[in-house]
Amino acid sequence: MSSTGPIRRDNQSSLRRVFSWQRLQEEAIRFLLFGCALLSVLTTVAIIFVLVTESLVGIPPHTAFFQDVSFSEFFFSTEWAPQFSGSQQHYGVMPLVCGTFLITGISGLIGLPVGLMIAIYLSEYASPRARSICKPALEILAGVPTVVYGYFGLRFVTPYMIMPLFKSMGFSVYGFNALCGGIVVGIMIIPMVASLSEDVMRAVPNSLRESGYALGATKFDVSARIVVPSALSGILASFLLALSRSIGETMAVAICAGNSPNLTLNPFSSVQTMTAFIVNVMQGEVVAGSTLEKSLYAVALVLFVITLVMNLISQMVLSRYREVYQ
Amino acid sequence: MALVKAFTQFVEPVDPPAVAVGESRRPPKIETVQMGFFYGTHQALRDISLKINERAVTALIGPSGCGKSTYLRSLNRMNDIIEGTRVTGSVMLDGEDIYAREVDVVSLRKRVGMVFQKSTPFPKSIFDNVSFGPRIAGLTNRAELTEIVEKSLQQAALWNEVKDRMRESAMALSGGQQQRLCIARALATSPEILLMDEPASALDPASTSRIEDLIFELKQNYTIVIVTHNMQQAARISEVTAFFYQGRLVEVGQTKQLFTNPTQKETEDYITGRFG
Repeated sequence: MSSTGPIRRDNQSSLRRVFSWQRLQEEAIRFLLFGCALLSVLTTVAIIFVLVTESLVGIPPHTAFFQDVSFSEFFFSTEWAPQFSGSQQHYGVMPLVCGTFLITGISGLIGLPVGLMIAIYLSEYASPRARSICKPALEILAGVPTVVYGYFGLRFVTPYMIMPLFKSMGFSVYGFNALCGGIVVGIMIIPMVASLSEDVMRAVPNSLRESGYALGATKFDVSARIVVPSALSGILASFLLALSRSIGETMAVAICAGNSPNLTLNPFSSVQTMTAFIVNVMQGEVVAGSTLEKSLYAVALVLFVITLVMNLISQMVLSRYREVYQ
Repeated sequence: MALVKAFTQFVEPVDPPAVAVGESRRPPKIETVQMGFFYGTHQALRDISLKINERAVTALIGPSGCGKSTYLRSLNRMNDIIEGTRVTGSVMLDGEDIYAREVDVVSLRKRVGMVFQKSTPFPKSIFDNVSFGPRIAGLTNRAELTEIVEKSLQQAALWNEVKDRMRESAMALSGGQQQRLCIARALATSPEILLMDEPASALDPASTSRIEDLIFELKQNYTIVIVTHNMQQAARISEVTAFFYQGRLVEVGQTKQLFTNPTQKETEDYITGRFG
């Protein structure tokens, strides 16, 4: 008798899982991609591990930096003189932090407004032809090795721009100075600010621009009062990322700004940044296991925390000020 | 209707009259004479001769891509923003050619306001949205701005809903409220003409009917040109209706007459739902 259930044809494939090369391949790809993602996480974890064990908590018998030097000495002493010995040796990180922020501040004053104005030009004003020239030029600027920027600063910006201008005004300007470092780093962050800000400004819907024009707005009204405020979150995020980059910049400032850890806000004096200190010590002879060697990790940890905080703030700014367009 | 259909089948389509029906004694507020429009080499509008009466609602209807929005946007030169566009013929506002070399587009757009299909509140407060136009025109006096904002919001029938939340972001308003906000924002520059590009097509029926009531109120003081896909809407709110098809103005007439007794076969096919 015929069954009442669904007809089962002989050539119908079974639903049961059987081995197939195709599935193996799928699994292998998944594994490979997961491994790549894991690699970046592991690297971060390893870096934090090294920074912490060298500076905060030593693995016996090895001692960490802060077991040799007190927190109060590190954060509140105003002198940084790790290469000396005895009573002349000081591990006050403030001059390095101050030098870093001085250069970051100058670079921000130069790089952020110029970068934003380039972004406004590219997004709102530039003809397709002008864009096609400007964008690659920015990319080239972004691709110049930082050591070249450093040399450009030392051999051109200081002697031909800073010296003639400020010496004539009566300032005493050092050959290595924070201003030059700041200017050069400012130029370096311009492409980053310009291209990130331009992206968010181009994402502002055209309907907003049209509404502005329909109300009798000029191009500048539309750019400054509609597009920039609408893209504010992205612009601020690009600013913060650029400043993170300034803080972490090494070669250019090591070359331009000199290597004297002065606690000063005078842009014409020579300063040392955290990164410049690290690269400077690494170039010299440093005894493994010495306090000087461990101080590298302590400084790097401070740098890491500052950059991390900046990136977290930029994430918060992005989500706080994000406008949702339907 | 069947009679009309039978009748129009035997009537050859003729060129529509250049003179709008519903002729008033006043001269037309806007008049386009043999106007054409090009996107690059593509001609989107040809030979549009149309008069738009003052303090009345003129509806532009027609299937998608027929050129009605292009026509509307050329009345305040919004198409200037698009690269490679060109207008031929003339567009006269109070007898002045708005495409003449010496015309200042910014002051033209202050006289000819516009409301778009999608509500486009700026990501600012309600107050800053409505006061945007007067502010860019250079008005800074707080008291005057407040007065203009209140008056515009009242005209747009939104005042009672937002009067206590002027500092809140306009993005927090509902879709219908946002569209009325955009109307208030356009009114704040005290234009003479209001161009509306399907202002209610993205709204629910209740909000749509509020916008229609609003248009009915506004025509006491403003000349309104509205593009709509909704023929019932055109029939409800407009005095004059113009039917566009394939870049041409097929027929223009008193709304009542155009909907009940169209002279062109294409018009009739469209309003009876045969295409579009």
